[in-house]
Amino acid sequence: MAEVTEPAITYLDHAASTPMRAEAVEAMMPYLSELYANPSGSHRFARRARQAVDEARDTVARVAGCHPNEVVFTGCGTESDNMAITGAIGRRGGVAVCPDVEHHAVLHVVEHLGERGRIVGVDAFGRVDLDELAAVLVATPDVTIVSVMAVNNEVGTITDIAGVARVVRRHAPDALLHTDAVQSACWLDLRDITAHVDLLSLSAHKFGGPKGVGVLVERGGPKVDPLIIGGGQERERRSGTHNTAGIVAAAVALDLTDRERVEDNARLAILRDALVSGLQLRLDDVVETVPPEHKVAGSAHVCIGGIESEALLFLLDEAGVCASAASACASGAMEPSHVLAAMGVERSMALGALRLTLGHTTTAADIDRAIDVVGASVDQLRRHTPRSPIVSAS
Amino acid sequence: MSGGVDSSVAALLLQQAGHDVVGVTLKLWGGDSDTGCCSVSDVDDARRVAQQLGIDHLVFNFGDDFDEHVVAPYVDAHRRGITPNPCIECNRSVKFARLAERADLLGFDAVATGHHANIGRTAEGHHTLERGSDAAKDQSYVVHMLDQAQLARTMFPVGGMQKADLRALAASIDLRTATKPDSQDVCFITSTGGRTSFLGERIPFRSGTVVDTDGNRLGEVESVELVTIGQRKGIGLPGGGPKRYVVDVDAASATVTVGSDADLLRSELIVDHMSWVDGPLDGPALVQCSAHGRALPATISQVDDAIVVCWDEPQRRIAPGQSVVAYDPTNVRVVGGGICR
Repeated sequence: MAEVTEPAITYLDHAASTPMRAEAVEAMMPYLSELYANPSGSHRFARRARQAVDEARDTVARVAGCHPNEVVFTGCGTESDNMAITGAIGRRGGVAVCPDVEHHAVLHVVEHLGERGRIVGVDAFGRVDLDELAAVLVATPDVTIVSVMAVNNEVGTITDIAGVARVVRRHAPDALLHTDAVQSACWLDLRDITAHVDLLSLSAHKFGGPKGVGVLVERGGPKVDPLIIGGGQERERRSGTHNTAGIVAAAVALDLTDRERVEDNARLAILRDALVSGLQLRLDDVVETVPPEHKVAGSAHVCIGGIESEALLFLLDEAGVCASAASACASGAMEPSHVLAAMGVERSMALGALRLTLGHTTTAADIDRAIDVVGASVDQLRRHTPRSPIVSAS
Repeated sequence: MSGGVDSSVAALLLQQAGHDVVGVTLKLWGGDSDTGCCSVSDVDDARRVAQQLGIDHLVFNFGDDFDEHVVAPYVDAHRRGITPNPCIECNRSVKFARLAERADLLGFDAVATGHHANIGRTAEGHHTLERGSDAAKDQSYVVHMLDQAQLARTMFPVGGMQKADLRALAASIDLRTATKPDSQDVCFITSTGGRTSFLGERIPFRSGTVVDTDGNRLGEVESVELVTIGQRKGIGLPGGGPKRYVVDVDAASATVTVGSDADLLRSELIVDHMSWVDGPLDGPALVQCSAHGRALPATISQVDDAIVVCWDEPQRRIAPGQSVVAYDPTNVRVVGGGICR
């Protein structure tokens, strides 16, 4: 085997997954070893595990701004999103509505409904077009659920969920409002979002918890059918043995994130602004996709003219800078961003999309290094004059 | 790395030779294929082999280029009654153009593939393109379009190997692709749907009139777009009697002409869009008109912008759109190739 020398890592892909909090890792360890009992069991050993899950539920409820009985632990954010939409349609029939910049965990579910799904447009920042949403709600009498993400995973845009709620309550008072808040926990006070919705999805690994734990907040009693049927372990809302260790760690991470949120936001907004302005100083033709006042502090999405993301990401990876562009399909191939297309970003610029996302471990040194590496990589890609293209002969 | 055994072993051999290797799988087709949407399981195989070798693996999405340069011309050619070879167009405009350009941009010295062909050097230092050493697996026909500049930056690590040895090598280090069957067909056409359903979703089929060489009407075919010169079956004629072949397809008038074996014979053919491995050549050559066809003796000469192939003995007519590749008289080196008019 060849000797592989790994470069030092500059991790700027926190929106994909942010490192686990040390406290969360520590908190989960006992449940991976000596406290192995099934929390649904009937002995004292099981009750200890059950108590850990219940305490975690209290913590999540406190940070999310809901009652503990409204917290459903799931297997991931995607499951929470699926449960909200598929479960609502399963329970009540009708139509599901979402904007076209949603994460695929929502968008593909609504599209999968065919005739019973409606997609609405967004503005240039990626915020749902409230007039169009109102028009769809007025024109569609049997809307069961409206799903609008609180923070966009690609470009970081914040949607005013209170404003969305006003439109939904006015034009479709019987409809449920769901928000995919998977990208929100580190940046926004979840209580302010939960107050306006019926259903809210979270994913633990986006806020320093482990992968494999999601939350669906389901307000005011059952609103949707369960997605996973079986032993009914999670309060008859979701079946499957509790992931005790993961749930405990998720709660610890969410609590820490909430406590440090205001301070982290202030610190990371400064670093993010330094990153974007640093790139713009270093390189021509770098457009910040969404202005800072409309997005979360950790998002530095830019479109770089004259290059292709796929080539840029390779050079960044070679230098140890972890970043992303748009979402990948099952084969691992980069797909053209549906978010940028929906926002009306010119294709030539969308081709050069770069998503750099900051998180709790990001330092000023990371930012300096990223500016250097992105700068040098873009220089390399732009310096090159492609060989004359080979003309297809048929 | 397509996820097949040839490119797996190509990567292995390069690594053993001390090269700094990165595995790349191209995502070309986003629709249905025999190995799942975007050929997911082929990508899985390629990635797992790369992991076993300890090399990085990337997926490049060249789907737009593939649609534009391979799929759209394939569909359009059928509309015009022409039978193209999409794998050759993919090599021409995606693998050895788009990918080679990307590799260049990223600072790589060469693109290697698992094709069974060899690249040599002449005494003067020119590159030669030669048949693969395993005659049954030779793929020089499908990479015939490479010129000197491209050959200088291309490697075919398995070109000198016999397929059996190559599989044994892959098995010896437990690569999961060791016993994977060779791919046979066009990647964007499923074995269940076939060419008919693929084209049927994209172009309207027109029924055509079948006539004999004197113009007498014999019958009808359902879709003139699916008829190929040389075809015997599926032209809606009753069995028995002398064998009849499609000797001409006129898409414009939706007319299919059938005739005897002798009616198919031609003494020459005209080739457009000729590319040359090492500059144009006139004179005797061996000429091959399909991937695994025999190379037959002929004389090639340049007439205006085209090449005329004069067969030593009359040969069956070649369908327009097919690639025609000339080899040197020893049947080793590719001289050049183009598209049958």
